[in-house]
Amino acid sequence: MALKMVKGSIDRMFDKNLQDLVRGIRNHKEDEAKYISQCIDEIKQELKQDNIAVKANAVCKLTYLQMLGYDISWAAFNIIEVMSASKFTFKRIGYLAASQCFHEGTDVIMLTTNQIRKDLSSPNQYDTGVALTGLSCFVTPDLARDLANDIMTLMSHTKPYIRKKAVLIMYKVFLKYPESLRPAFPRLKEKLEDPDPGVQSAAVNVICELARRNPKNYLSLAPLFFKLMTSSTNNWVLIKIIKLFGALTPLEPRLGKKLIEPLTNLIHSTSAMSLLYECVNTVIAVLISLSSGMPNHSASIQLCVQKLRILIEDSDQNLKYLGLLAMSKILKTHPKSVQSHKDLILQCLDDKDESIRLRALDLLYGMVSKKNLMEIVKKLMIHVDKAEGTTYRDELLTKIIDICSQSNYQYITNFEWYISILVELTRLEGTRHGHLIAAQMLDVAIRVKAIRKFAVSQMAMLLDNAHLIASNTQRNGICEVLYAAAWICGEFSEHLEEANQTLEAMLRPKVTTLPGHIQAVYVQNMVKLYASILQQKERSGEKEGAQEITQLMIERLPQFVQSADLEVQERASCILQLIKYIQKLQIKEVPVAEEVIALFAGELNPVAPKAQKKVPVPEGLDLDAWINEPPSDSESEDEKPKTIFHDEEQRHSRHRQPEIDEEELARRREARKQEQANNPFYIKSSPSPQKRYQDTPGVEHIPVVQIDLSVPLKVPGMPMSDQYVKLEEERRHKQKLEKDKKKKKQKKEKRGKHHRHNSLHTESEEDIAPAHHVDIITEEMPENALPSDEDDKDPNDPYKALDIDLDKPLADSEKLPVQRHRNVETLKSPDSEAPLVEKKSKKPKKKEKKHKEKEREKGKKKEKEKKVVEEEEEKKVILQDLHYFRSCFSESPMISPPLNLQTYDIQGNLQNDSQVTVSVIFENKSTSFLKSMELNVLDSLNTKMLRPEGSSVHDGIPVPFQLPPGISNEAQFVFTLQSIVMAQKLKGTLSFIVKNDEGSTHEKLDFKLHFSCASYLITTPCYSDAFAKLLESGDLHMSSIKVDGISISFQHLLAKICFHHHFSVVERVDSCASMYSRSIQGHHVCLLVKKGENSVSIDGKCNDSTLLSNLLDEMKETLSKC
Amino acid sequence: MRGEAGPGAALPGGRRRAESDPTGPGTGPGLGPRTPVPGPGAMMRFMLLFSRQGKLRLQKWYLATADKDKKKMVRELMQVVLARKPKMCSFLEWRDLKVVYKRYASLYFCCAIEGQDNELITLELIHRYVELLDKYFGSVCELDIIFNFEKAYFILDEFVMGGEIQDTSKKSVLKAIEQADLLQEEDESPRSVLEEMGLA
Repeated sequence: MALKMVKGSIDRMFDKNLQDLVRGIRNHKEDEAKYISQCIDEIKQELKQDNIAVKANAVCKLTYLQMLGYDISWAAFNIIEVMSASKFTFKRIGYLAASQCFHEGTDVIMLTTNQIRKDLSSPNQYDTGVALTGLSCFVTPDLARDLANDIMTLMSHTKPYIRKKAVLIMYKVFLKYPESLRPAFPRLKEKLEDPDPGVQSAAVNVICELARRNPKNYLSLAPLFFKLMTSSTNNWVLIKIIKLFGALTPLEPRLGKKLIEPLTNLIHSTSAMSLLYECVNTVIAVLISLSSGMPNHSASIQLCVQKLRILIEDSDQNLKYLGLLAMSKILKTHPKSVQSHKDLILQCLDDKDESIRLRALDLLYGMVSKKNLMEIVKKLMIHVDKAEGTTYRDELLTKIIDICSQSNYQYITNFEWYISILVELTRLEGTRHGHLIAAQMLDVAIRVKAIRKFAVSQMAMLLDNAHLIASNTQRNGICEVLYAAAWICGEFSEHLEEANQTLEAMLRPKVTTLPGHIQAVYVQNMVKLYASILQQKERSGEKEGAQEITQLMIERLPQFVQSADLEVQERASCILQLIKYIQKLQIKEVPVAEEVIALFAGELNPVAPKAQKKVPVPEGLDLDAWINEPPSDSESEDEKPKTIFHDEEQRHSRHRQPEIDEEELARRREARKQEQANNPFYIKSSPSPQKRYQDTPGVEHIPVVQIDLSVPLKVPGMPMSDQYVKLEEERRHKQKLEKDKKKKKQKKEKRGKHHRHNSLHTESEEDIAPAHHVDIITEEMPENALPSDEDDKDPNDPYKALDIDLDKPLADSEKLPVQRHRNVETLKSPDSEAPLVEKKSKKPKKKEKKHKEKEREKGKKKEKEKKVVEEEEEKKVILQDLHYFRSCFSESPMISPPLNLQTYDIQGNLQNDSQVTVSVIFENKSTSFLKSMELNVLDSLNTKMLRPEGSSVHDGIPVPFQLPPGISNEAQFVFTLQSIVMAQKLKGTLSFIVKNDEGSTHEKLDFKLHFSCASYLITTPCYSDAFAKLLESGDLHMSSIKVDGISISFQHLLAKICFHHHFSVVERVDSCASMYSRSIQGHHVCLLVKKGENSVSIDGKCNDSTLLSNLLDEMKETLSKC
Repeated sequence: MRGEAGPGAALPGGRRRAESDPTGPGTGPGLGPRTPVPGPGAMMRFMLLFSRQGKLRLQKWYLATADKDKKKMVRELMQVVLARKPKMCSFLEWRDLKVVYKRYASLYFCCAIEGQDNELITLELIHRYVELLDKYFGSVCELDIIFNFEKAYFILDEFVMGGEIQDTSKKSVLKAIEQADLLQEEDESPRSVLEEMGLA
């Protein structure tokens, strides 16, 4: 053995260490992959060795390789081995590797539970620290559940180093195991007042994170945090708390009012930018939530904007960026305050940092008004021209469109200007937002009736110049605008001046190079154009002209019939046939135009994007129900087609629509319009809210304004939209002059009186009347559409599970799971109390008492066979089972443990005031022979197992017997303790050898030993006069409990207290009794038990208040089970 | 090892000190009238250290993530950050996160935080970590982090846990690291090798 170790150490000297590996990789730049695969082979060899140092070295190297991107998940088990090394050096490496590569999918992670638990309770704080750090990276729901209690205990560790880490990791535990939040929260709250500032801020941190996700549960903590905020001098903590208040104020407006003052004070006084920024953000959030009912918040807003301006003007790019970011938040509620800084924002558009320019763009979106829209867009268009890089240019493009189209084109006073802007944007090459421009063109042309004529003329121009645009045929490229142009020209062809020319432009051979979906629209719309030209020609009697145009169509359409695109091909062939038919009729000199035009009669209305979704399901309609009975499984295969065919035929005959002629259609349309007009829920023709000042009653009656075409459509050398800007300025100026004139008149009339009032209003944007009376048609919605669109909350939000009421008292069922074997409950606890009561009542009470006395006399003498078993049946209800836990490392965890442990009794020792004896029953439930059992516990500071002299705390105590299959036996262990005022828990392990035919294996069982306070009491008789003296002495602390829902008799109840809690009755009068007991350390415990109807109250007195309250708690638990 | 050629030019101490406060003069927490006290800061998703050449030097994930996703995110983020020009601000929005990064000599330090978190305090956090590395290694350079990458992790683990700052006092972080190192050296002393051989 020793030789092997020496050999191992020598081997180690020749192994590569981490630095050799790193150096090697750097020296093999050409064949790095090969070199590393060689290293991995070496590492695999190293991992096979027994020497833990070699293994740790290998794992360390693997961790490095993992960072380089190599998969090391295959070594997960080796990592666990290194984690469980006893030396800190190796443990540290093991945990580092685990924290780097373990995740919830790592299956061996469940093997770590015991190891981590052991490390958490290690006497070395760095072991504990390293385990906590590692756990914080890979904690899983299972680990969180199993270790929550251990970590909670660590929150009260004596060393702040551990407390701090334990508090922080609790947040991760809560996320993974939300049930732990309520039981752990009181202690977490305590830590807010921890003497160590590090622990305190850790607690602030965790609670703030929790509260930010589910603020309403933490409102009750507001006063505490308010105190912390006004007293703390730590900027890091302040930032957290201030952020928390930002989350709380929307729920409690009063809080907001209180906050404004301290926050503005901080803004004035602090020089730390991070804190200033946080304060400004929170003030903004508070003011947003308070937006109504705050009298003088404009001062606070001004302060914020002022400070932000300083940030934006700073030369530091970071501050500039954040300043703009915060500004955009103010903008939402207080646009006026931000708009006055327009100059600054526009300046930022020239910044060399793209991210700052983008922020500035975001801000501009909210800053536009009717007054400045044209000016801002003009600036943006200049930037579009000089922008480098398509990303930023595309961003500008989308922003221009966003800015203009926002809230239903609210700020556009001149749509001709907007259309020209859109047309100008089509000159952008390489943009990916062609479809956006196209969608805007369509939307405006459809919804703004007054603009159609102008739009059509512009679109015709686009179609004419399609060769400029179509050079870039990539998807979503600028060619998309041709889609819109073709459709608009076709649909509104009545406005087209030179329809012939446009039709020819659409029939050019070059068109066939466009994407299929655009060609399809071309084909469809050229028929519309054709129809309107035909009508025109027929009306004016130009028969030849009409035939010429038909001939043109017949000549050019075949190029589309040959298209590879199915849609284009199909449409083109249909239309070609139709036109050939028309040609025949034309030759026969039959007038056809009216019929052709009827193909496209009726107007297409815009439909709101979510219209379909908003149709409510009518009452009584079950969409999931079968319309027909589903075919039953028993039906044979060959029968099926027949029945389906039959059904189908029937359905067809039933549902076939009768042929409808034109007149009928027109009549129905008329009827529907009538109906819509009378239906208050039909919102089609309601004017948009911004346009309410228009007094026109419906769409139909709006006069389509004649546009003064004296403006040339294209001015050479000058972008068109500028023309409109100029015109608009002139128009506004004129308007203003007129208004001023009026005002002067008014002023003359009411001089002095309303002077200030008037001057305030001169610039207001309501004064700017739109150039034309335009109606923006609202998109159609179905009848009875549901009004709100509830934005679906993400059901997978991990923080949702932490939405837990923390003020409700803790129920027993919520206590954190203490290490417990999965079989314990089912195997052992007799859930029903009934049989127990029965047994008890059968037994004469005296006998029991006698028996107890005997037991005491005999001290620790063992009970024998049957009696023990019987007694046990009753005792195990309260005597805590030795929770055992089969070692996770066992090969087949599904097999039930071969060994069953049970605490049978814990007895105080009268001779020695600091010792208790624990009797444990060992039962072999397997078919194997168990031997060499050794029991060991992890001593706590307070409670230690008594070991033979000279042995260390790591040595176990051998169990003095072996167990053949099916046999049980009892052994006793003595423990020493210092304080007995609190219940204690010890963790331990039982190791043993299982011997069967196949050989012997070494196995382990983990368990937990529970010392209740009652186990420190020794039943001591007391006389009533001595009892009275004790009570009178006044040295005793008093406490009381009350338990409801007690149904057993008083006699029985007293017996229970005597038996389970080691008391004796001093005196009993009716439903009232005094009881007494003494602890092994000489504490007197006196009780006064009173029984009311269905309830029991117990008043207790004791030298030690902690002991008393713990005893009473235990009693409460026993009694509540009655 | 420090003499080796490569990307390991020492992070110039002078330059760093000139930038010692990432938020400009007098802007860091605790530099105002308030006295600095250790305390936690922002909630972080992950931290990456990578070189100008795009080589990852350290990665710490505070939310367990599958290897595949990690690789993808690292690659993507490295591209985005390396493509930024030197005069650009230190923040960017990436996926649903905010990324705060800062370049020190040849190394980029890069943190991903959540939408609500404070960018400036994260910048401060990065800076403190660099200071810690500097104190520990004594004028740190990229090579120190390459060859002692586990130490860089240990320091980070003492400084940040689960994405939260656990100690902002440089002194106490360094003390904890020193103590742990001491413990490690005891383990590694020759005496324990003898013990290991069964000769003690």
